Amino acid sequence: MKKLMTGAALLAMTAGMAMAGSHSVVRMGTEGAYPPYNFLNDAGEVDGFERELGDELCARAELTCEWVTNEWDSIIPNLVSGNYDTIIAGMSITAERDEVIDFTQNYTQPDPSAYLVMEGNEGIDLKGAVIAAQTNTIQAAFIAEMGATLVEFATPDETIAAVRNGEADAVLADKAYLSPIDEEGADLVMLAQEEMIGGGVGMGIRESDGELRAKFDAAIQSMKDDGSLNALLEKWEIGGRF
Amino acid sequence: MFAYCADPEQLSGLSWLSCYLTTGKHMSIYWSVGTVLLLLAITAPAALLFGFGGAVAARSRLLPLSWLGRGYIAVVRGVPDIAFFLFFVIALDQFFEWLRHRVKCPDWSEPIRQGNDFIVCAEAKLPLGNAAQWVHETYGFFLAVLTFAIVFGAFAANVLFGAMRAVPRAQIETAEAYGMTERQCFWRILVPQMWVFALPGLSNLWMVLIKATPLLFLLGVEDIVYWARELGGAKTARFTDYPHPDWRMWYFLALLVFYLVFTRVSEIVLDRIMARLTRGQATLGGEAQRKAA
Repeated sequence: MKKLMTGAALLAMTAGMAMAGSHSVVRMGTEGAYPPYNFLNDAGEVDGFERELGDELCARAELTCEWVTNEWDSIIPNLVSGNYDTIIAGMSITAERDEVIDFTQNYTQPDPSAYLVMEGNEGIDLKGAVIAAQTNTIQAAFIAEMGATLVEFATPDETIAAVRNGEADAVLADKAYLSPIDEEGADLVMLAQEEMIGGGVGMGIRESDGELRAKFDAAIQSMKDDGSLNALLEKWEIGGRF
Repeated sequence: MFAYCADPEQLSGLSWLSCYLTTGKHMSIYWSVGTVLLLLAITAPAALLFGFGGAVAARSRLLPLSWLGRGYIAVVRGVPDIAFFLFFVIALDQFFEWLRHRVKCPDWSEPIRQGNDFIVCAEAKLPLGNAAQWVHETYGFFLAVLTFAIVFGAFAANVLFGAMRAVPRAQIETAEAYGMTERQCFWRILVPQMWVFALPGLSNLWMVLIKATPLLFLLGVEDIVYWARELGGAKTARFTDYPHPDWRMWYFLALLVFYLVFTRVSEIVLDRIMARLTRGQATLGGEAQRKAA
């Protein structure tokens, strides 16, 4: 106990020297593994649609922003305990999540989710199939509800690998994520059937942080109004325009 | 990295590989090797310290202290590691912030817990919201070290507790007959002799600790396993200059070699320490050494 106290006191002294201020820096939490929304580029930096969007929003709201990556599984607990200030990670607005955190208005239209299967397996009966999805996503909840067998993975990448190695018959994910994989992977085919789930993607913000949410809301609105948001959606090939 | 890396599409074979392996992203995995080694170098002595404290407390004749020591050993050993790493660290972080909050913002009127949110005043944030990213990472790293030390300290405490009891009673009796005080008996006779009994257990712990480092990722520290998974995953050409299929197998193969070499080196070092500690001891090993000499 005493050790903890001295440890805390030491940290307090070293950290206390910097100037403090409410949101002088806004820390943007993302996953960094879900292209085109967010991913790490070759230089190891956060890149993608949400990187460009977030930087533009911060410029419009006159905020200094910093990018942080966090595993998807613990992305909400770490927001509410204050390790970063926003979640900007392709997170669909759902009623379930809205009970824990707040969302800004959506910055993508509800994007259809699509299935990807191995070539020659297009005739598959999805209800009886084994379908892969990322843990804690709207897609995982959807599969569980429709009655198919759900296998969950911690990262989006592993869901695709599961289809390739036969562990799952299909993967359900956002169409914008699957499209580039479908185009380049000759062995994988996208099914025509699409599912409209989720209420579009928004930024997650602590419920107590209304001021920050208002700033980002206004910035998103201004990007919707002048069409720059549509240009970004176009560039990163994400479905649905405003 | 190299000048010829400007257009990776034109490259092939070794020159492609040399460019690929020196991207900024790959530098991160090389860095994380250092992070893991540093973590081990700090955690091992820290855990030993926690373990020693726990063992001494557990065998204390002061009943509350003994309960504290035994409680620490029993609780931490009983809770699954992954649960401990998920909940304890967030709780520890919040505990530090709460302490600072009490000191720095005495006239704060709002509650600290508002629904799901944990809110302290901006001056009490750890690290401060506007601190550079490396400060956040260093803080996370030390939280990780502390958590590892507490978890592995409990196991070490149990090992040391047993080792202290394994020292032959005759040794202590002789010391007492020479008129040594209890304290002198402990530090001069018991502690130097117990290591030889503790080492097999401690070396097991060390091996487990080496392999437990991927738990770092639960704490937000990006370790080698995280980077191996991230780098090895299939990459499409739209998002990288170095597209490749699923290469996780090769990355994990490299990790396998890394861990095997590391544990082998540890074994050699531990064998040497064992031989040194056995010298002159009233054990079978010590007896064998004496006869061989």
